[in-house]
Amino acid sequence: MKNFLEKHFGKLWLVMVYLFLYLPLIFMIVFSFNSTRQDAEFTGFSLRWYEALTRDTKIVEGFWLSLKVATVSGLLSAMLGTFSAFVLVRYRRFGGRTIFSGMVNAPLVMPEVVIGLSLLLLMVGAQNFLGWPQRGMLTIIFGHTLLGMAYAMVVVQSRLLEVNRSIEEAAMDLGARPHQVFFLITLPNIFQSILAAFLLSFTLSFDDVVIAEFLSGPGVNTLPQVIFGYARRGINPTIYAAATLLIATVTMVIVGYSVWVARQTRQREREIAAATRAELTALGAI
Amino acid sequence: MAASTLPTPGKRFVIGVPYVWLIVFFFLPFLILLYISFVDMGNDINPFKPIWDSQTGLLKLKYENYWSIFRSGEGGPMFQTLYVEAYLRSLWYALCTALLCLAVGYPFAYFIARSSPSVRPALLMMVMLPFWTSFLLRVYAWKGILADQGVLNRALMFLGFTSEPIQLLYTDVSMLVGMTYVYLPFMVLPLYANLVKMDFRLLEAAHDLGASPFKAFWLVTVPLSRAGIIAGFMLVFIPSVGEFVIPSLLGGPENIMIGRVVWDEMFTSNNWPRATALAVVMIALIVVPLAIYYHYTGDAAEAAK
Repeated sequence: MKNFLEKHFGKLWLVMVYLFLYLPLIFMIVFSFNSTRQDAEFTGFSLRWYEALTRDTKIVEGFWLSLKVATVSGLLSAMLGTFSAFVLVRYRRFGGRTIFSGMVNAPLVMPEVVIGLSLLLLMVGAQNFLGWPQRGMLTIIFGHTLLGMAYAMVVVQSRLLEVNRSIEEAAMDLGARPHQVFFLITLPNIFQSILAAFLLSFTLSFDDVVIAEFLSGPGVNTLPQVIFGYARRGINPTIYAAATLLIATVTMVIVGYSVWVARQTRQREREIAAATRAELTALGAI
Repeated sequence: MAASTLPTPGKRFVIGVPYVWLIVFFFLPFLILLYISFVDMGNDINPFKPIWDSQTGLLKLKYENYWSIFRSGEGGPMFQTLYVEAYLRSLWYALCTALLCLAVGYPFAYFIARSSPSVRPALLMMVMLPFWTSFLLRVYAWKGILADQGVLNRALMFLGFTSEPIQLLYTDVSMLVGMTYVYLPFMVLPLYANLVKMDFRLLEAAHDLGASPFKAFWLVTVPLSRAGIIAGFMLVFIPSVGEFVIPSLLGGPENIMIGRVVWDEMFTSNNWPRATALAVVMIALIVVPLAIYYHYTGDAAEAAK
């Protein structure tokens, strides 16, 4: 009886927390199809908010800007994060390593307001001394990349720590040049984590409102900034329509990514199994 | 000898590029922030004055920006300013958020860790999925749920708990619901990572030795998951202190947190020196728990050896 209760308490708790996690998503999806601007009453199915969405130039422009910013800062973050992970995992001794590791990790715990504020001061200073860069898309990319590379570094670092160095050493012993070892052995080994790092920093950038608020110039608004502006004013089902499209996209990307990862893992297992079989056959032949 | 896979020029490049990037975009801005926090407020065109006195050529650091955070007016009481209140409020909400996340997330992580290994990846994925969809939108949705005429109030009235809508939005309740909602995954993931490694045979042993389930949980499971609890607590507490978006959307006028105050000083009052001084104090507030955390985990790492 005790066991029975414990089991069901666990399931109940899981269901409740999942409900809590998904309640806002379900709410937005349902009310994006509502025919009127009602908070709590579903008055009939309609696509009018989706139509309103396509006509809302602020949202559409914000979306394209966010897409550009997130893509560029995602790529930059993945690259700088991979480099940093290499530095921290592989180059254990060099001058200023402690400072470097501190600087890479700091944005993870630094409040976004402080990051935004200090970067704004830098941009204002640079603008005064160099006349560049104008606050806008570029400055937002800089800010998002600083944040994204810290997260990208963590993701790639954890994978890099797992990589079996002896394979690289074997390749080197067999005469591979350092760049060959890197591109043929190391990179394919960690590629999955670099992709994950890109997706993570892309999402962070696509989601960020605080840093963008500090660093954007007049008339340059990312999608989260536009939404934040609307959200402060009140309820707008157009936002729910945007949210629903976003949820659908994210779900597809994540599910696709996991299917891909699962297939990769399976394939690797199959290859290992085949290799083991071949080895056993060879052993039997001897 | 595990040599680096790259020749020296390549190695210099790999170290140099992120290093220079961080110096320019992290270290330098921080220095500027520190610098401005020590100077006088300027006029409209130049928001702050230079640090060097142009007449005497001497360096003069101004501590007034920091003083003004803690002291209200001439001879007024210390530590009763709007700023100190905002700091304390931020710490308080961050603490409440972390405790709520722990209360909700601990059993959650525990039951995921105890579920069968075949469903665990799916259960974890379901925790991560909302995390990948815009946090801003999810917070926004709570506005619609918690509004006076929102889903929750309608449901409460329908079920007969109340005849009038209860004010939920723009209160402590909505703030904490939003904060707990957003930061819950940050608590669940480290707890799960810790709990899944636990040897549950220890619990069986405790049962065999006559411990009640609660006692076994309290004396075996909780101490063993201490590292996960501390990690989750820090991951929730630290970003909560500086939270800006959730109080702006779900909090009332009396829930203003320090992130918002910095913003207002910067853009509304245009008092750059004070905004930067506030930001520096905010960093200091976060460094203290972090230092304790590293001290703790450092000890744990030592003990594990």
